Amino acid sequence: MRVGIVTFPGSLDDRDAARAVRYAGGQAVPLWHGDEDLSGVDAVVLPGGFSYGDYLRCGAIARFAPVMAAVVDRARAGMPVLGICNGFQILCEAHLLPGALMRNDRQTFVCRDQALTVANATTAWTSGYQEGQRIVVPLKSGEGGYVAPEATLDALEGEGRVVVRYAGSNPNGSLRDIAGITSENGRVVGLMPHPEHAIDALTGPGTDGLGFFSSVLASAVSA
Amino acid sequence: MSVIVEVMPKPEILDPQGQAVLNALHRLGFTEVRGVRQGKRFELDVDADVDPEVLRRVSDAAATLLANPVIEEHVVHTGESVHAKETDRA
Repeated sequence: MRVGIVTFPGSLDDRDAARAVRYAGGQAVPLWHGDEDLSGVDAVVLPGGFSYGDYLRCGAIARFAPVMAAVVDRARAGMPVLGICNGFQILCEAHLLPGALMRNDRQTFVCRDQALTVANATTAWTSGYQEGQRIVVPLKSGEGGYVAPEATLDALEGEGRVVVRYAGSNPNGSLRDIAGITSENGRVVGLMPHPEHAIDALTGPGTDGLGFFSSVLASAVSA
Repeated sequence: MSVIVEVMPKPEILDPQGQAVLNALHRLGFTEVRGVRQGKRFELDVDADVDPEVLRRVSDAAATLLANPVIEEHVVHTGESVHAKETDRA
């Protein structure tokens, strides 16, 4: 399976995302923000970082990068897309996912190994986990507070579209402890924590994050 | 003449930056300040005379890019840049 990793000006975690894809057994395909086609990839990861310097709002300018037109089109047609941290912010700005990410309520950048509870283990990116499973992956963000109108939050919960929640103390003021959500069809997932940094005990807190990448590969085999 | 776009966080959205500024003002003795909300101001230079069509276009631009309607509200009006006002005073 070919998984495209988009590099925007200011992306930081594109290499780690590509490495995670390779660890899971997939082929990582570098994509450039100026590309207008996706080189025939089967899935796309929008990595973390500070695209366009976080100018205006996080993800607001990246959302209009040429490559995003194709990502949005293919995502609406069912292609799996994972947005991590800045990638999650971009997915929200692009309206592929509802809500928005705000500055952390405690006004500080949070960088720590974060416990999460998997709330939905049926998405393209989480089918390798068990519902209720607790995992630990790094969280490193200054604008990670998830907000959405009350009705949207109720709908997300009612439809099982909360994918991961912060376990223990809430690190950033995210409403209802939401760390990640999915689209109606379960193919697009965005989350603030970084599963790509937790794929090898040598370079991260463990290997709990690898399941995101092995899940999407398994979904391609079964599809 | 410029077109001014002002963007503010919606009232129901927590504004940690405004809160931090309020706390700093209180530490500095400006205790009469009851609250602070921090937003953004854009000054757009346009070629055309500012007529309702130009304002409508700028409003589209604001809703598309300058503001995120999930968390922010915006207003569009004609005006002069802050620098123009300073020049007038000097």
